Parts: sequence; structure tokens; C-alpha cells
Amino acid sequence: MTANGVLYILVFFLVLLALTKPLGLYMANLFEGKRTFLHPLLRPLERLVYRLTGVREDSEQRWTQYAASVIAFSLVGFLFVYIIQRLQGFLLLNPMGFSTGHAPGNATAMTPDLAFNTAVSFMTNTNWQSYGGETTLSYFVQMAALTVQNFVSAAAGIAVAIALIRGFARKQANSIGNFWVDLTRATVYVLLPLAFVFALFLCARGVPQTLKAYQKVTTIEGAAQTIAVGPVASQESIKMLGTNGGGFFNTNSAHPFENPTPLTNFTEILAILIISSGLTYTFGRMVGDTRQGWAVFAAMAFLFFAGVFICYPSEQAGNPQLARLGVATAATRTQPGGNMEGKEVRFGIASSALWATATTDASNGSVNSMHDSYTPLGGLIPMFNLQTDEVIFGGVGSGLYGILLYAIVGVFIAGLMVGRTPEYLGKKIEQKEVKMAMVAIIATAFVILVFTAMSMVARFAKNGYWNPPGPAIANLNNSGPHGLSEILYAYSSGAENNGSAFAGINVNTPWYNLTLGLAMLIGRFGFILPALAIAGSLAAKKKVPTTNGTLPTHGALFVGLLVGVIVVIGALTFFPALSLGPLVEHLVMREGRLFSSLLSVAPGFSPACAPMHRGAAWMLGIWS
Amino acid sequence: MAEARGKAQADTLRKTKTDSMAKRITSRGKIEFIPASKLRAGDVVTCEASDIIPGDGEVIEGIATVDESVITGESAPVIRESGGDRSAVTGGTKVLSDQIKVRITSNPGETFLDRMITLVEGAERQKTPNEIALNILIAGMTLIFLLAVVTLQPFAVFSVNSAGAGTVPSVAVFVSLLVCLIPTTIGGLLSAIGIAGMDRVMQHNVLAMSGKAVEASGDVDTLLLDKTGTITLGNRQAVEFIPAEGVSESEVADAAQLSSLADETPEGRSIVVLAKQKYRLRGRHVSEHEARFIPFTALTRMSGVDLDGRQLRKGAGDAILKFVQEQGGEVPASFTTIINNIARTGGTPLAVADGPRLLGVVHLKDIVKGGIKERMAQLRAMGIRSVMITGDNPLTAAAIANEAGVDDFLAQATPKDKMDFIKKEQGQGRLVAMTGDGTNDAPALAQADVGVAMNTGTMAAKEAGNMVDLDSNPTKLIEIVAIGKQLLITRGSLTTFSIMNDVSKYFAIIPAMFAATYPALEKLNIMRLRTPQSAVLAAVIFNALIIIALVPLALRGVRYRPQSAAGMLRRNLWIYGVGGFIAPFPFIWLIDRLLALFHLA
Repeated sequence: MTANGVLYILVFFLVLLALTKPLGLYMANLFEGKRTFLHPLLRPLERLVYRLTGVREDSEQRWTQYAASVIAFSLVGFLFVYIIQRLQGFLLLNPMGFSTGHAPGNATAMTPDLAFNTAVSFMTNTNWQSYGGETTLSYFVQMAALTVQNFVSAAAGIAVAIALIRGFARKQANSIGNFWVDLTRATVYVLLPLAFVFALFLCARGVPQTLKAYQKVTTIEGAAQTIAVGPVASQESIKMLGTNGGGFFNTNSAHPFENPTPLTNFTEILAILIISSGLTYTFGRMVGDTRQGWAVFAAMAFLFFAGVFICYPSEQAGNPQLARLGVATAATRTQPGGNMEGKEVRFGIASSALWATATTDASNGSVNSMHDSYTPLGGLIPMFNLQTDEVIFGGVGSGLYGILLYAIVGVFIAGLMVGRTPEYLGKKIEQKEVKMAMVAIIATAFVILVFTAMSMVARFAKNGYWNPPGPAIANLNNSGPHGLSEILYAYSSGAENNGSAFAGINVNTPWYNLTLGLAMLIGRFGFILPALAIAGSLAAKKKVPTTNGTLPTHGALFVGLLVGVIVVIGALTFFPALSLGPLVEHLVMREGRLFSSLLSVAPGFSPACAPMHRGAAWMLGIWS
Repeated sequence: MAEARGKAQADTLRKTKTDSMAKRITSRGKIEFIPASKLRAGDVVTCEASDIIPGDGEVIEGIATVDESVITGESAPVIRESGGDRSAVTGGTKVLSDQIKVRITSNPGETFLDRMITLVEGAERQKTPNEIALNILIAGMTLIFLLAVVTLQPFAVFSVNSAGAGTVPSVAVFVSLLVCLIPTTIGGLLSAIGIAGMDRVMQHNVLAMSGKAVEASGDVDTLLLDKTGTITLGNRQAVEFIPAEGVSESEVADAAQLSSLADETPEGRSIVVLAKQKYRLRGRHVSEHEARFIPFTALTRMSGVDLDGRQLRKGAGDAILKFVQEQGGEVPASFTTIINNIARTGGTPLAVADGPRLLGVVHLKDIVKGGIKERMAQLRAMGIRSVMITGDNPLTAAAIANEAGVDDFLAQATPKDKMDFIKKEQGQGRLVAMTGDGTNDAPALAQADVGVAMNTGTMAAKEAGNMVDLDSNPTKLIEIVAIGKQLLITRGSLTTFSIMNDVSKYFAIIPAMFAATYPALEKLNIMRLRTPQSAVLAAVIFNALIIIALVPLALRGVRYRPQSAAGMLRRNLWIYGVGGFIAPFPFIWLIDRLLALFHLA
């Protein structure tokens, strides 16, 4: 690690910490129905939405109605995105003519399974991309379908988190708020203003915002090159803020048009965590004890630091094989040292490791480097972050309701150890809460492990629909532990609604598209529905007054407990799988064996179709 | 074990139940013999010395000593009489003297004894809410382990193929891994913990109507304690003689003692005793003198003795005041001050006069039981608020509450007040426990979350509560609360311990499973187990042994000491959380070595 690198990470955290309270307070006021400083400006817009949609602002919903609203809204969003993608060839704003006869030769076909995968992906706030944006989608799809979902899927996550907070805050109530109102407020007052300001900032730093077709230029060497452009800034800003992560370009934030400068790099990482971090304060504020919010923040911060300070040193240490070959891997004034494979020279190791940690702490999934090229331990961190259900700040809303479910499990076990029916924030944690929290935790573990296991052993017939013939692992770039990591990461990313890719695997086949789509659906609603059920159950309960016999949930003890529960449940679930993936890869690497790009498992496998999704830093989105 | 003890107890109980004959009084007043099992509620029976009372009922006529040892285990006979709060008798108990008429209140199969039999046999034992929730958690963890183990097989296939070394572990190895991991064995212990908890309650001679009640007592936030008998000794006692101006202390003591010689009330006796202790005044044989005792009446509100021409009187302040003034005496100004001072400290002033001369005041005081203050402090440390219920006026109540260290008091409490108080507490989300014996306590007992009825109490009270204290010792509520807490702590601790065990077991088994495929995994074999076979075997053996080792802990319960929740959690997390993680390492290592020693693997 370099002093600069450590300083970079610490400054980042301090800025995040400084923004947590103001933003959290603003959101608490907003969702408690108070006026904020943006009301004079945005209230008319909010009212217009209600007028157009017929939503009654003061009506309340039971948790079942709330959940039904979330599902209905998601379903409509899914159908909309699916249909628009399938029809993009007939729609406007398609200068490159995707899905038409005059599409570029290297364009990806918008097949039903790819459209399904993408629609599910953006509706569930995953933004997994089995395609490269600039070679697949029209501007209209990017703007009307994907960017819109970037806003509303994030707003839906915030709404669910707010509903769960209300469950804790309310006493003997049968309602947990109104989804349509929460959705509207989250969009209009939180996401819209932040994204608007951030998009302008990005434009100012050089991110394109245009509807013109891709530019053909002649390079200095005299070659002809097509440079992809588009309405990038508007999508980029919400992609970061809404923890969506779906890049306009295939290489995501490694692309100079998505992330042109060190300053945009810093602010984009900040944008990943800022709302989720703020929500911890909102939580404390709304339950009437800000210490509770800070305790949750502290647990998240601890895990964040643990992750980044395993990932960063691993990357900085680099590959011992190279050092053994006499390659200088130490950082000097002129070179970063360490493992620079798959990293942008512009950003270096510290900010890449920080991004990789933050993007998987949250359910963002944007990348500015290639996770597949990380050292085994460096790559383990993003993967374990996903597998612990992205509760380290987490997705907007989803991070908070996720960690609260873990808190429920932790408080339940620990609460018994103080000799009382466990309570969290004055609410008794009983059968229903435990059951629902376990359902959520098991649902994601189930899809990750089962789909990964199926892909490990599945073989496909000739001329079948699902996949090119042969084993499903033939889609991998690597064999051995690294290959296992690639598939495990893909399903972890899908089930946890992250969307980042380890890459090194061709996922644009019906088998991977559909199973990943299913994983995203189960991961999203397997958490939202239990969270809302708990919200409903908690709201109906009395509030038990705090006594000396109550387990305090605002001190270091609770923070340690929460961290312990998250790590232990994650480890118990995934230790066997991880030990055959990154753990053994690390040990083997130290013994001098590597697993790079062994294509022998798949004779006839064409590497050309492999990197069809974001993360491929070396493609840089420029084609000729 | 606990269950076996319950069985044995049930058998003894059942023996007493086997058909005794009942003497039923027919509507025409005749006595007929019928089997006890034929008695219905509403029948009236008569029982005399050495009869077994044929069923639960209320004494409607007479008074008798009854041997209730069969249910209480207490050999000292108790008195049962018609009217009042000691009218309930239990079927199966034996009349030792005199004769009583009993109106039967329960039908066959529903008697107290029947219920007790079913209870101790555990036939009615339902899982408590916390137990169910914990079972859900354990089922969830089991599912997670099942997922992890079942999917490990395809991962192994992939790894073996791509590494080109080793073989996929056999099904037996996967099964061993699963067996080591799944916490179902802890699930089995959970019900044992529940039974042991009920049993521990029973060892305290408290009969819990359900495990839920025991568990709920661990959650109690507010404890309602009757003042008399629980916080204070049953009666007031004289603690001080305060002379009026110009009178010596011993003169007051002398007069007070003389006036109390015939006073058989505990207060009167305490005056005699105090005078004897303090001033060596011996009880005199009043028969030597010409003495006429004036008994206490509600009208005069004083008692005393006319002795050798002296008119010694003691009684309520204003009554004596009136008496002295009638005799033409003077009342010193300081007198009212003394009276008020005593009242303010929670005592009862008793004025003493000799004819027209006001001698002074006897200070009667409620004596707070020894150790009560410490117990209340313990309760406070556990986060439980204690509330004293008393019929005294608020001034007296406050003074006693202060002395006993209770957190709050309810003075001049009527049954309705009690009820309202419980409802108010519950409205604020608190769980309330109380003890009671009288019929007028029944509604409050039913309303309270944990109601402990005294066995000496009325049937109505016993029906209303969810526990019956066979010793009729109201302070036992505190022990019950501790047992309830211990029950939950034991469950939580064992679950934590077992889950943490699993983390360390991975370190034994996973490297062993893939040692041939990835020799590098040997680095994770931090216990340095010798061979893959011995590693798996050692883990399985450890798993089997740890369950056996946990059984006594499950039955005895985790040590419980009243302290704050945070302190308790910290302690238990260290012992069962961190300890649970560390413990398997040395033991699995040891088992591995032993296996080597005996050439078993």
C-alpha cells in the first residue's frame, strides 16, 4: 500500500461520513412528510404526478397492499423495458440502426432471452449486462427504458427501506405508508435533484450528452475509427447514485466517456454509497434515536474498511510470480507497481480497489477495472461482499433493509442470551420476523449456490436452445479455481442485484441469460417481500419500553454482533464454495501455479464472444 | 432425565388419586358413599379426620387441619376454613382433624391433581413462542448447510476435472460433513432445555400451568409485590418508646407493657418484647394485682388495663387524646409533632396514657424483611421495576417503599386499582407479573402476564393465575423470573455455541476433502490433522461428543447472575460465541491424535 493510496481511501470515507447526516436528515424529513428546502421547487411536480396517476397522497397501505404495489409496479416496468428493447428497430432515436437491417456488423442481436435478462436486470436494480451498450441498444432504449428504470428501481428500493423503518417506528399500526407516495417522493426529491446536479457536473468534466450518431474519425495512425457517444451523462449520474451500475458503454466506468477524470472517478465512487449511507441516518432519525442509525453505519463502515484493506494490499502486492521473474512490482514515483492487469492507468490501484469494494458493498455493480484480473484475495472481497447480501451500505434502500434483516437475526440469537424475548428498537422479534429474515437470507444463498452448481455440471445437446453444445463451463475463459470464481461471481452478482461481472465468461446465451434473470428476480423479491412482511408485523406491535434488561443496540457490542452475524452467516454458507475458488487459487498462486486462460476445457470455443459485457477494461469501448 | 423425574412424580400423584370414596350429602341431607370419580361440580361432601378430600372444592362449613404434603411436599399441616381466603381445598389431600363440608368445584378429569399429572407428564407441553422462533432459525441454518453441502459436490466435480488430480469425495464424506454441520441436534436439546426449565420451577415448588408462562416470566418488566408478607413481615412491631415531656422512657415502656399484657395481637406482643429487651421489664403476673383488661373495640380504638387504680390505655393518637382530655389531663404541644413524625416515616404511632397523664408514644413499624433491599437492587439490575402494592396511605407507603428499595408503590390499592395499574403498564408495552391469593386478586392475576397464585389462596385465584406456588411464598416470583431468563439464555447460548462450532469444523473437513485435488489447501488445515480420513472422522466424533457434553448444561441451565443486559451479552458472547469458535480446534486435534494412537484412522 502507498501512503497516497491509504490517504485516498481515508479522505473518501471522511467525505462520505460528512455527507451522511445532512442527506439522511433531508430524507428523514421528506419521508416523515415535512417540508424540505426543495419543496417550493418540486412540490408542483410531485402534485402533478399524483394528479396524473390518481394517487391519494394521504392514504395508507397495509404491508400486503404495499407489496402488491411494488410487484405491480415492477411488472409494468419489466414489460415496458422488454417491449421497447424488442421493438427498438422500429422506434426513434436509433441512429446506429440497432435491430434493423443496417446495424453495424458487430452489433449484438436483441434476442428474447437477452431482452428478458436486461429487462429483469434493470427492473430489479441489478443492471447486469449481458450485452455491450454501444453495440446493442438504441438511444431510445438507453434513455426511455434503462435510465427510467435506473430511477424508479432505486426509488422502489428506498421506498421499501422506508416502509421497514416505519415498521420499527410505528406502534400498533396496521399500515406502513403508501408505496406510490414513497416512490414518487424518492424519485422527485432525492434521485432527481441529485442526478440532475451530478449529470451537469459530469458534462462539465467531459462526459458526452448528445443524440448524435457515433463519430467516425481518422486516427493519428491514419486508421478509421468509430467513437461511440450518446446521452451518457444523464444515465451515468443516476447509474451511480441509484446503485444501478449499468454502464452506457460496455466497459462501464473504465471508459473515458463515462469516467473521464480523477475527480469524476472520486465523485462517482462517492455517489455509489452516498444515499445508502445517508439512509442509515434517516433510519436512526425516524425511529427516534440517531444512535441506532450510527450503530448500523458503524457496522457497515467496519466491514467496508475490512474489505478495502484486504483488497487494496492484495492488489498492491501483485502476483508473486511476476516478482519471481524479476519484474519490478513495487510502487515507485513513476509506476504504480502491484497488479495493474485490468486496471486503468489513469486511476491506479488504490482507487480501483476502492471502487471494486464500494461497488460490491453497494448493489451498484459499476466498475472502473476488471474484477476478473484481480489477485485471488483481491477478487475474493467483491465476491464475499456480494454473498453477504450487499449490506455494507448496500443498494439504495436494499442495503438498509438487508442489514436490518441481519440485525433481526443477530438480535434474536443474542437477545436470547440476555434472557428476554429478543427486542430490536422496542419491537419484539418473534417467529414471523425470524422466519422472514431467514427466508430472505436463504433465498439468495439458494439461487447463488444452486445455479452455480448446475452450471458446473450442465452439458448441452447439439442444436439445443440453451447454450452452445457441450458443458456450460465451456463458456468460461479460465479453468480451475478461477473458472469456478467466474461462475460463482456471476450468480452472486445476479442474485444480489449487483450487476458487476467478474467476467471471463460468455453469459449471452439463453441458459445464462434466463438463469441469471431468474436469480435476479428471486434475489430482489426474496428480500423485498420478507422485508415488507416484517415491516407489517413490526408496525402492528407495541413498543416495549427500554429498561436495564433491554439489549442495547447502539453500542460497540451491538456493532460487533452485527458484523459477526453477517460474516459468520456468509462464511457458513459460502466457505466451501470459496475454498474451491479464490481461497485455493490464492494458496496455489503462492506455490507458483496460475490459472490463466486455459481454453482446453472447451475445444472450439471462440474467445471472441467472451467479453460481451462490461468489465473488459482492455476494450475501452472503442472499435474500429 | 427431567422427563423421567416428571414421570415418577406423576405416578405418585396418580396413586393418591386412585379411587377414594366420597361422602356425598344428598339434597335431603343424608350421607351416601360414592366413588370420588363420580363427583360433579356442585356436589357437597363431608370430610372428617383421616378422610382424603375427594375433589377440589371450597370449604363451606367448618374448619380443619389438612395435610397437603402430597401436592406441596410440605409436611406441616395447614388450616382450611370456610369463608375468607383459606377456603380452597385440593382433592387428594388429607384431613387431619375436625370436620368440614366441601362444595366440589371441578368435574372429574379437570381437577387440580389431574392437571398437575398432565403437566408433569409433559403431555400438554406445547412449544413456546421463542422455542418455535428458534426452531425456525435452526431449520433455516440446516437448509443453508444442506445447500452448501449438496452444491459442494458439483463444485468438487468441476475442481477435480479441471485440476486433473484427486477424486471427488465419496457420498459418505459429504454426509459426514452435513452431519457435522446441521444443528438439528441442538434442536433436540431445545425441548430438553424447556422441560428442564419447567422442572426447575417445580423444584422450587411452583407449578407452572405452561412452559409459556415460565418463559414469559423471563420477559417481565414490572413486578407487583404485595407489601404484607412479601416486602414486610406480616405484622408491625414496636421499635421505640418516645416519652412525652417530663416522662422517662422506661416509664412509657412500663405502662405500655402493662397495658399490652393481655393483648394477644402481634403488635401487642411486640410491645411486651421490646420493653423486656430494652428496659429489662419482665412480664408480670397481673393476677397478683387487681387487674381489669379493657379490650380493643372499633368504637374506642384503644385497649388497656385498669390496675391498682391506674387507668393505663394505649391506642390511636386521637383516641388517646380524647381519653386524656376526658380525664381532665393536659396534652403537651409536642405530642402532635411526635405523632406526625412517626406517621411520616411510615410507622404507626400508638399513644400511651395513664389516666389524665399522657406518657408518650409507642412507635410501631412495618419491618422490612431482611435482604429485600438487595433483591430489589438485583431486580433493578435485571431491568425489572418493582412495584409495591399496599392498602396503607401514600405517606406510609412511600416510607416503606423507600426503605425496601422498591421502585414504585401503589397506595390504598383496591382490586380495581390493581387491575387499572396492570392495564396501564401493559398499555405501555410492559409485561407484568404479580402474586396474589384472595378471590379479589383473581381478575388482576388473570390480567397479569405472569400471575402466581398462592396455594393457600382461593380456588378462583388459583384458576386465574398461570402458576401456583405450593409454598405460598410471594418472594419466589423473583426466582421464577430468574429461571425464565436462564431458560432463554441457555437456548441462545447453546445455539450460538453450536453455530460457531460449525465455522471451525470447516477448517477440519474442507482441506481434508480436497487434499488430493488441491494440496495447497493443506494451509487451511491449521490443526495439522494427519490424514483426510482421520480429519473427517475426528470432526464427526467431536460432533457426537459435544452434544453429549452439552446435555448436562442444557438440563442445568447456563449460569445466571442478575446483571445488565449488555454485561450479560458480553459475557455470553465471549463464552459461547468466541468460545464456540475456539473449542473445536483443540478437541478435534486431540481426537485426531487419539485415533492415531489406536491406529483407527
